[in-house]
Amino acid sequence: MSALIEIERLTRRFGGFTAVDDVSFTVNRGEVLGFLGPNGAGKSTTMRMLAGFMPPSSGTARICGADILEQPVAAKRHLGFLPEGAPTYPEMTVTGFLEFAGRIRGFKGGELDDRVAHAMLLTQLEGVRLQPIETLSKGFKRRVGLAQALLHDPPVLVLDEPTDGLDPNQKHEVRELIRRMAPEKAIVISTHILEEVGAVCTRAIIIARGRVVVDAPPAVLEEEGSSLDDVFRRLTLGTEAHAGETA
Amino acid sequence: MAPALIVARRELAGYFATPVAYVFIVIFLVLAGALTFTLGNFFGRGQADLQPFFAFVPWLFLFLVPALTMRLWAEERRLGTIELLLTLPLPQWQAVLGKFLAAWVFCGIALLLTFPLVVTVNLLGQPDNGVILSGYLGCLLVAGAYLAVGAAVSAMTKNQVIAFVLAVALCFVFGTAGSPVVTEFLSTRLPILADIARGISVAERFGGFTRGLVAARDLVFFASFIGFFLFLNAVVLDHRKAD
Repeated sequence: MSALIEIERLTRRFGGFTAVDDVSFTVNRGEVLGFLGPNGAGKSTTMRMLAGFMPPSSGTARICGADILEQPVAAKRHLGFLPEGAPTYPEMTVTGFLEFAGRIRGFKGGELDDRVAHAMLLTQLEGVRLQPIETLSKGFKRRVGLAQALLHDPPVLVLDEPTDGLDPNQKHEVRELIRRMAPEKAIVISTHILEEVGAVCTRAIIIARGRVVVDAPPAVLEEEGSSLDDVFRRLTLGTEAHAGETA
Repeated sequence: MAPALIVARRELAGYFATPVAYVFIVIFLVLAGALTFTLGNFFGRGQADLQPFFAFVPWLFLFLVPALTMRLWAEERRLGTIELLLTLPLPQWQAVLGKFLAAWVFCGIALLLTFPLVVTVNLLGQPDNGVILSGYLGCLLVAGAYLAVGAAVSAMTKNQVIAFVLAVALCFVFGTAGSPVVTEFLSTRLPILADIARGISVAERFGGFTRGLVAARDLVFFASFIGFFLFLNAVVLDHRKAD
């Protein structure tokens, strides 16, 4: 299978600080990549660059073959993106918001209605379809953001902490949803909930201080240490301790 | 529908979903009416025209338009929705244009609601409605020019207060650059600058419209003025969107 996401030597500097340092990887169709790392490791920055929001300092990425720098609109068409914190326009209704995203993506008339209805079905939003988003609970807001990312049934999904703020039942639903969609898509989810990686991911990348320190299936990681938690702590703290010594 | 129009439609609905729209329109109408009838001496002049009204509108826009534009990009940043908007598949300039259009249409609505003034002069006398129409066109163009300046400033800073103050200051410069105070001062010292000041003055161009003159070169001036600041907006946004 061809790679739907290709990240090539992606680097982002903020002044003298390098948030993402020469990161390269590819994600194929059928893969669910868990993107792990401590806070501030560069997860969101990498995802923002991949989604075409933040221009990289160097390097590039391709989504379904479309370069994010040379063909940004084509790349974004193939992508469903849930930004960190699932931002939405608070004064809009759930339906209004999803219709807005759908119209920008070129759907109209009956097809637009079908897409919106289907996305709301997948994320169980039908009950609140006419409510202004600002009146919804955190879990619902997150699902509105998720519905927006799924609206156009994109081949590539990039979800920044999709289950943050959801209760255990909703987390389960979202994981089920990701698992169901996995065979036809390339999915990247960032998280710091390690059980989630074992539950839905076929592969895990651990990033610390802007660099990829591990790229392996979760099962392999678990074999290395007694648990994913231990592996995570050893790898991420290890780099920080090491960087602390050299500094 | 072009992406810019979809963005504009969402924005415009957003204005009316919050008190922003109503506060803006009410304040604009109250001030425009009050100034026209009191300071403008609307009745005492004994002339059936809207000159007093047109004299005050650019000054009202000087403060009200930056109040409208200060949140244009700052609010998107605060909510994080800028990340959503700019990762949807639309060229960035379409987002810039869409936001501008929504604000412009909104100013147009506020201007339209001053129609009782037009009705009043038509009841009291026989005004030249062509001049009134071109005056309104001029008002709309001044609003567009100030909006473009304000939108570009709002893309530069996260802070809404800074965006407001800077936009007022810049609009003031463009509004008054052609006034006699400025040009006479400059022409005695730096004559070249006096010409430039007259050249970039929004008020100078607006004056023609209030006299009923719709000149192609004035239209070109406003079009390029607005175009330049929208371009600046897009460039600034591209560099600063993720800050």
